[in-house]
Amino acid sequence: MMASSYNAKEEDGHHSGSSTHGGTGAAKNKKPDNTAFKQQRLPAWQPILTAGTVLPAFFVIGLLFIPIGIGLYVTSNNIKEYEIDYTGVEPNTPCYDCANSFTWNSTTSCVCTVNFTLVQPFESNVYMYYGLSNFYQNHRRYVKSRDDSQLNGVQSSLTNPSKECEPYRTNPETKLPIAPCGAIANSLFNDTLELYYNHPDGNMTKVNLVKKGIAWYTDKHVKFRNPGNEKDNFTERFKGTAKPVNWMKPVYELDPLDPENNGFINEDFIVWMRTAALPTFRKLYRIIQKKPDSAPTLPSGRYFLNVTYNYPVRSFDGRKRMILSTISWMGGKNPFLGIAYITVGSICFFLGVVLLIIHHKYDTRSNSADIPN
Amino acid sequence: MLRRRLNRLFGGDEGRVHSRTIYVGHKSCPPNEAYIPPKFCDNRIVSSKYTVWNFLPKNLFEQFRRIANFYFLIIFLVQVIVDTPTSPVTSGLPLFFVITVTAVKQGYEDWLRHKADREVNEYRVSVLEDGRRIRKMSAKIKVGDIVEVEEDETFPCDLILLQSSRDDGTCFVTTASLDGESNHKTHYTVADLESDLQYLSSTIECEQPQPDLYKFVGRMHIYRNSQEPDVRSLGPENLLLKGANLKNTQKICGVAVYTGMETKMALNYQGKSQKRSAVEKSINAFLLVYLFILVSKALVCTTLKYVWQGKHDEPWYNEKTQKEKDTNQYLKMFTDFLSFMVLFNFIIPVSMYVTVEMQKFLGSFFITWDKDFFDPEIQEGALVNTSDLNEELGQVEYIFTDKTGTLTQNNMEFIECCIDGFQYKHGDGSSELDGFCVTDGPVNKIQQKAGREREELFLRALCLCHTVQIKESTMHRQDQIDQIDQIGQIDQVDGLGVDHEFLHPPQKEMGFIASSPDEIALVKGAMRYGFTFLGLESKNMKILNRNKDVETYELLHVLNFDPVRRRMSVMVRSKTGDILLFCKGADSSMFPQVRQEEVERIRMHVERNATEGYRTLCVAYKHLNAQEYARADADLREARLALQDREEKLMAVYNRVETDMILIGATAVEDQLQDEAAQTMEALQGAGMKVWVLTGDKMETAKSTCYACGLFKKNTELLELTLRTLEDGGRSREERLHDLLLEYHKKAVQDAPPVKLGITRSWSVAGHDYGFIIDGASLSMVLSSSSEPNSRRYKNLFLQICQNCTAVLCCRMAPLQKAQIVKLVKNSKGNPITLSVGDGANDVSMILEAHVGIGIKGKEGRQAVKNSDYAIPKLKHLKKLLLAHGHLYYVRIAHLVQYFFYKNLCFILPQFLYQFFCGYSQQPLYDAAYLTMYNICFTSMPILAYSLLEQHICIEVLLEHSTLYRNIAKNAMLRWKLFLYWTALGIFHGLVFFFGVRFLFSNPALQDNGQVFGNWSYGTIVFTVLVFTVTLKLALDTRHWTWINHFVIWGSLAFYVFFSFFWGGIIWPFLKHQRLYFVFANMLSSVSAWLVIILLILLSLLPEILLVVLRKPRGPHARQMKHRLPSSGTSTIFMLSQTASTHSFSWSD
Repeated sequence: MMASSYNAKEEDGHHSGSSTHGGTGAAKNKKPDNTAFKQQRLPAWQPILTAGTVLPAFFVIGLLFIPIGIGLYVTSNNIKEYEIDYTGVEPNTPCYDCANSFTWNSTTSCVCTVNFTLVQPFESNVYMYYGLSNFYQNHRRYVKSRDDSQLNGVQSSLTNPSKECEPYRTNPETKLPIAPCGAIANSLFNDTLELYYNHPDGNMTKVNLVKKGIAWYTDKHVKFRNPGNEKDNFTERFKGTAKPVNWMKPVYELDPLDPENNGFINEDFIVWMRTAALPTFRKLYRIIQKKPDSAPTLPSGRYFLNVTYNYPVRSFDGRKRMILSTISWMGGKNPFLGIAYITVGSICFFLGVVLLIIHHKYDTRSNSADIPN
Repeated sequence: MLRRRLNRLFGGDEGRVHSRTIYVGHKSCPPNEAYIPPKFCDNRIVSSKYTVWNFLPKNLFEQFRRIANFYFLIIFLVQVIVDTPTSPVTSGLPLFFVITVTAVKQGYEDWLRHKADREVNEYRVSVLEDGRRIRKMSAKIKVGDIVEVEEDETFPCDLILLQSSRDDGTCFVTTASLDGESNHKTHYTVADLESDLQYLSSTIECEQPQPDLYKFVGRMHIYRNSQEPDVRSLGPENLLLKGANLKNTQKICGVAVYTGMETKMALNYQGKSQKRSAVEKSINAFLLVYLFILVSKALVCTTLKYVWQGKHDEPWYNEKTQKEKDTNQYLKMFTDFLSFMVLFNFIIPVSMYVTVEMQKFLGSFFITWDKDFFDPEIQEGALVNTSDLNEELGQVEYIFTDKTGTLTQNNMEFIECCIDGFQYKHGDGSSELDGFCVTDGPVNKIQQKAGREREELFLRALCLCHTVQIKESTMHRQDQIDQIDQIGQIDQVDGLGVDHEFLHPPQKEMGFIASSPDEIALVKGAMRYGFTFLGLESKNMKILNRNKDVETYELLHVLNFDPVRRRMSVMVRSKTGDILLFCKGADSSMFPQVRQEEVERIRMHVERNATEGYRTLCVAYKHLNAQEYARADADLREARLALQDREEKLMAVYNRVETDMILIGATAVEDQLQDEAAQTMEALQGAGMKVWVLTGDKMETAKSTCYACGLFKKNTELLELTLRTLEDGGRSREERLHDLLLEYHKKAVQDAPPVKLGITRSWSVAGHDYGFIIDGASLSMVLSSSSEPNSRRYKNLFLQICQNCTAVLCCRMAPLQKAQIVKLVKNSKGNPITLSVGDGANDVSMILEAHVGIGIKGKEGRQAVKNSDYAIPKLKHLKKLLLAHGHLYYVRIAHLVQYFFYKNLCFILPQFLYQFFCGYSQQPLYDAAYLTMYNICFTSMPILAYSLLEQHICIEVLLEHSTLYRNIAKNAMLRWKLFLYWTALGIFHGLVFFFGVRFLFSNPALQDNGQVFGNWSYGTIVFTVLVFTVTLKLALDTRHWTWINHFVIWGSLAFYVFFSFFWGGIIWPFLKHQRLYFVFANMLSSVSAWLVIILLILLSLLPEILLVVLRKPRGPHARQMKHRLPSSGTSTIFMLSQTASTHSFSWSD
């Protein structure tokens, strides 16, 4: 129409007029092809959705969805999840002091310990998440404030990060480029969580937290790469860059003990860099592997969560949580899918029944109406 | 247009004077005066719009003048300038694509024009200069040059014919490329010129260039030996138009009078006014709604953003840049608003315009391809002049049809004649001695025949009073025969009856050429009765009489036919020196001009013939004595010389001469009905269309045609508003008109059973059918009544009566009145869609006026076809064109439009909802690639295929059950109710998509290894559900699955999956963000994602399926839908002899 009615009429006269000079013009006086396509007679399947064809579908959907939904719901319910808020908002919570005494420049870390009790033992692998609330990781300014090519180890981007990283692109004092640049990296979650199991006999055991396997495989192995030569040491590879403003240590000291988990390919870092979809989110922090014996991974009982409180959230009314969860084939605990499936399945089934009744009535009516024709 | 105006300016001061003076051969005239060469434009034809240099800016300028393009340009610029959430590429790429394609197409077309221009301009022509022939380029011809043109050449400019190689000073031309009429037209040299043009010294004074092809007035002054100059009148018969072809004449010489862009042909290059379809108006209305949605969404978001920012403006983890901090608050608000607009702008997609345009363009091919529209007689199929109105064919409520040539074949056959009140019918078998057979004359006289003298006079009159030409046998080269046969303009006369064969050896063929088929029929009729017209040789008409003698008459004057006077005459001088005037014309225009004594006897015959559906003409003659002739001759010559008001003056003279004639008889010529005219009309009426017949013909003839076509039925009560009924009762016409209108209104409107408008009113409704008849004179009284309030009231009454009648017949209509009627109905309440169908030049005005103009490729030239939107060979094709093509096109495009709005609403709604969860930060939900590709690749092809191939009801059923057409009447599929339904559906889908995934993401740990999904996974899941749902929604709506539909629908989905893998499978160089890296693959590795995708698709489609079930199977076709007629036996011959490319560019011209 408007945009592209470029068969503009103004030219028509010109065109037709001038083409007549060209001699005979196109020979139009030929019989059109008698092909199925041109005669709009392509063989076609002409489905008619009638009550007769759709009703069984309703029942089938109903009968399929309800069991699936029940299965999902049961699965979700069987997932054990324990969540504890350690923000320290209330005055008599363990981390209240740490939360209140937080300053950006403090050199010492504030540590607080949170007690909790698992009523039921957690079998199989247990996944430890940290959760943040009211944290807009999906804010546009935030989401785009990164340089993927820097994170991919491209040397030029390391020393000259993308403009999108502003205002976390260069160090305001030294003017050195920041690696990793941008607001996302700058706000890396840096609380350290440690879990201790309080044996019934009073002994404390530190629960072994595995920090590998928490990031997407492709992120860790392809998307994120450290710059420079493999053989050089990390200090050399990140030479000429500054640490992010809010970080306490440079990127190459994220995990000094394991070169496979250091620098840009640090999994905590990679997990953080995958921005969350919603302002309340959780991110995988550690994995507690199932023990080889049949003992539960986390037996029921008292636990201590040791928090090195580095991450301020009170300023934006945020909350911090620690979540322990087992995982099923459908992921973490989420009753939504099961309920939704059961609901849709039931609706389908119900509609099927209603329609069957209507259809039955209608059919007899239309049959009788058809006869005179 | 602008160029023309510029040309006027270049033409210098002549713009102000009424005539131009041309010096033939550039010689000063009179010879002693100084010759100042006047300035005229040269003969270069410039039909191209662009040059290499101005193409880019000019083309871009013109493209961005279109509102939509401009809108997208603005969005693009906003994206470039302001910091917007999506990259400029997302809207720039589609826009660039559209603009480029358009520019390339226009460039190509312009290149073709350049080529054609060059060909014309560099064509070598012979120009006589100082007695020598010089070859020069056509473009170099100047006004005043004497140009020589040979047979079959095209005239390079408008010429005044000075010399012809034919002895009689005539030449023949065809004007096929000008008005499409391919009959030979005779043009005359200026009388009495020097044989050697070198010594000709003259000037021509003629009017300024004007586009009317059939008008020209000029005067030629010839200077001889410094006497007073001779003056000759010049008329259109002396003017050879650029673009016409010289035929049947070896060569001619002419002087150029109009050149280049001032030729009549160039002046006729003007576009028709653009017609917009109702669907387009709906689109525009919907667009406004969506624009409103868009703006309000942006406003809501902007407002909320600033409310929200009061609390959360700048957390420590997400600081603003220095630049952002420095920007003025209000400016920021404004740019934020723009950003939101950009974010949501996909709700009005560029691609819709492209798709609609493609649908129309490609869809129109099906009309030209349809072999049912192919007419073996003229070897042509349908022609589509504009593809903009395809869907309008499905919306027609009123059909205005011409009678002659449209309802009837315009294939005349002489049936009978009446001489002096005696009826003569040609007996086929029982041929009497002289070929006459007298049938039962109603007048019982003792003598059964009119006197032999009268008979012969009548037949002579038939032989002489016409403008028929003999097609010479020498011309019968094969190609011309082909051409002639194809046009059907001449009838080969196969021998002249048994008696005369010895005179005309069978090998000598003979044909007649005439501008009107009536004349040929009459000449042939006379031939059957023994009087044969042998031809016109240097002003002498020869006829072969019954006694096989050749009679010669000198042709003195031809008083040409015109539609106002409705008669034509010739003046001849017989061998004996008698001067006779023969006149033939319509009865109403003849009776006042003849002596009254014969009228009554003949009138009876004429009326009887007319009721039988024949076309009648009355023939009269008169003797002119020498004085009378001298006076008439002088008057005629004077009038012909007049430069101003020539038409009026001629008319006055004609009227003066054609009086006091003696009526000899009348003829009846049968004009057969078109094939299947009655069935077609019945089908159209069954489809709820009102058929109005607008004709220039007599009421009786037209009425009988209406009965024959089934427009009027036996039980139809006719309401007549004609001069005859007006003159009944002895009161003044105005009063009578008033009474009649009121009476009819009472009958037809007030007493009619109340039926719902449009949809249910049917021809089968019990009670009365009314037919309304009005003639031109009464109509003009209705339309232009003396007082304004009356006039409006009459108009309303008239319209209401007409709208309640099943058929309306308007007879005795002038072309302009036809257009007036169309306009009246078009602008009446409800703005019904009108369609005009006609075949002749007199229908052009109504074809142009109606919403859809259909031209019949008939015998009355090609003007109707040229000015129409669609041209079909026969009336019967109208049925399929409307009931099948129109219906399908409408359904297709209506669905296309609704679907497009729907799919973009549910595309953008989640993005809008996401703003509530991301701090109104304009964060896009989908990746830029998805934003761009959604409309271009993922969802565009299925709907395009649907809108080209869908046959929700198959064509045979549509043709069989014309009532189905009523289902879509009044823009049924684009009403607000349906639009709201689609909008609601879009909103529902959008909500389901977004919140379904939102609840899933309340725990983003969706993988079985405990890893979490981020925002891009969120968007990708929503997008996947979206693409699948909208595609499957279309699949549900598709009732006609050809392999193309299967391929495109499943192909699109497969392409989406493939593309997503591909897009996420590579670390893309040159891209700043690798947002989707393996997002799609990871999504598919999550069972929950699969489950939610399936669930949401199903949930979205559930109401749709439910509706399908609940909807009653419509109409009688429900059971027949599976039934398809086997495609008719394919003829391999046609398939072999035809390539698909023949369509070429015909759609655009």
